[in-house]
Amino acid sequence: MTATAPPRSASEAGPDSGKSAGRGRLRPRIPQRLRNIALPYLLLLPALALELLIHIVPMVFGILISFKSLTLFYIRHWSSAPWAGFDNYKIAVKIHQPIGQALLHSFWVTIAFTVLSVGLSWLIGTAAAILMQDTFRGRALLRAIFLVPYALPVYAAVITWTFMFQQNTGLVNHVLHDQLHVTSDKPFWLIGGNSFWALVIVSVWKSWPFAFLALMAGLQNIPRELYEAAAMDGAGVWQQIRKITMPSLRPVNQVLVLVLFLWTFNDFNTPYVMFGQSAPHQADLISIHIYQSSFITWNFGSGSAMSVLLLLFLLLVTAVYLLITSRRRGDADA
Amino acid sequence: MPRIPAQPSPMAQPRSFVWTRRVVLTLLLIFVLVPVYVMLSSSLKNLQDVQGSFRWIPSGLTVKPYVDIWKTIPLAHYFMNSLIVSVSATLFSVAVAIFASYGVSRYRFPGRRLFTVTVLSTQMFPGILFLLPLYLIFVNIGNSTGITLNGSRLGLIITYLTFSLPFSIWMLVGYFDSIPRDLDEAAKVDGCGPMGALFRVVVPAAVPGIVAVCVYAFMTAWGEVLFASVMTNESTRTLAVGLREYATQNDVYWNQVMAASLVVSVPVVAGFLLLQRYLVAGLTAGAVK
Repeated sequence: MTATAPPRSASEAGPDSGKSAGRGRLRPRIPQRLRNIALPYLLLLPALALELLIHIVPMVFGILISFKSLTLFYIRHWSSAPWAGFDNYKIAVKIHQPIGQALLHSFWVTIAFTVLSVGLSWLIGTAAAILMQDTFRGRALLRAIFLVPYALPVYAAVITWTFMFQQNTGLVNHVLHDQLHVTSDKPFWLIGGNSFWALVIVSVWKSWPFAFLALMAGLQNIPRELYEAAAMDGAGVWQQIRKITMPSLRPVNQVLVLVLFLWTFNDFNTPYVMFGQSAPHQADLISIHIYQSSFITWNFGSGSAMSVLLLLFLLLVTAVYLLITSRRRGDADA
Repeated sequence: MPRIPAQPSPMAQPRSFVWTRRVVLTLLLIFVLVPVYVMLSSSLKNLQDVQGSFRWIPSGLTVKPYVDIWKTIPLAHYFMNSLIVSVSATLFSVAVAIFASYGVSRYRFPGRRLFTVTVLSTQMFPGILFLLPLYLIFVNIGNSTGITLNGSRLGLIITYLTFSLPFSIWMLVGYFDSIPRDLDEAAKVDGCGPMGALFRVVVPAAVPGIVAVCVYAFMTAWGEVLFASVMTNESTRTLAVGLREYATQNDVYWNQVMAASLVVSVPVVAGFLLLQRYLVAGLTAGAVK
């Protein structure tokens, strides 16, 4: 894929790669100084334009339409949709009305799901990375296998899990009921209360390899001398992990936990592939909930208001998190 | 894979550590591999085996699901759509990221920090937040200019390429920073312009990082579900949408679905595992900063 770059550059650089005087003759109007100032901005321009088109403008636009009552009728001429003031927001936060109640429920489900999934993924990733810090036979192969869930396309992985969770034909019930006799009958996993746990398991399976990958990279940067010095002082392996490895991983963990949190909280793919458009009540994650209330009912105004509330919440959490962890890091450095 | 220097422990490991390692890693291995085994074994089963109670060992092996799935759903069609979208998104994303990273890495200018922070922070937006407005924008651009973005591959390509952009820029800036500046200064003395220095010196030296970014961008586009499910129609449907739709029907030929899942996974997983050391090296380079 990258092989295309060098030949193209050669032909591009060809004409003006001669004497700089020759280039000056070609473009005499623009002074060298101005060109030097403009160049970095030109380099960033494509990236900036795309980010603006796909992320920034839609976000501003989204905030705008959250104040409109934008229903299916107005989609083709959204600007003529009537202004709704804060109505969409009021409906979303009225927790004793059906819509607000459902949103709040979905919010709590998402919080529980995210805390469980991130906690477990981080724990497993950390354990695996530390246990695999030293060489042993089969380490490279094991590492490759552990990265498979991360490399698999999300939908292929989740579809396979959906098959495993089928009530009659799935592996999970076969093992629990037929082989281990833990359950008296075959429970449903994709509807009802169990669906929440099914979602957590799939999410952990998918996300822990990323934690593992990031932490393995982090472990590379711990100087070996630290361990040698500790060993000289008589610290055992467990003590070394507690006193050297864990504190050294703190900067990686600061970013990793935040990224995992945001990804998991916003996860749409897993529940959508598992349950389709109508998630079970007990596993009604917020992104699915908003998707449903926008694209099923075609009420974009209230869907946008919910999205904005979600963004505000995420901004708040991120700001508080960075404030707390950075301060603690500062203390540790001082 | 052997790129990561393993650290021999400075002291003999106690038995408790070795046993913990064996037990934990074995359990993890089972957790990771069971779905992979289910996918592989079920894709080789005949229909009775996947319609009754689950069987660990297939009663007989058959490759029929791999043949039938192309007729059950238009898999080849989805495959082509996914391939076109993912490859185009990857190429454009990497090209755009190379220019932007070069600018950030080699120049000091007002707004540099603002740019990196803005681009990276778009990573945290919930997809659902800009899905609705983006959909509306695409529909309205189509209405007023005639350029169809909604339902077309072009719209999906543009969208996907921005998904991998922040991470790609972040990683490539780390890579470019690690390439000595003296090299491009020398090239400039030899008469190369800034672009000449970029393509003759920096890009060739950063090939591992660029490969890693390509892998990442391709994986991102290949696996995306949310935007594909809203922004495609019958003729531009990608694998993600097509397979999901089939798998959530009532009467599913699970052996065929597993065969299809395996077919769409093999190229990505193989590519990832072959190139993972570049990705890990890229992550490390980014993490060092």
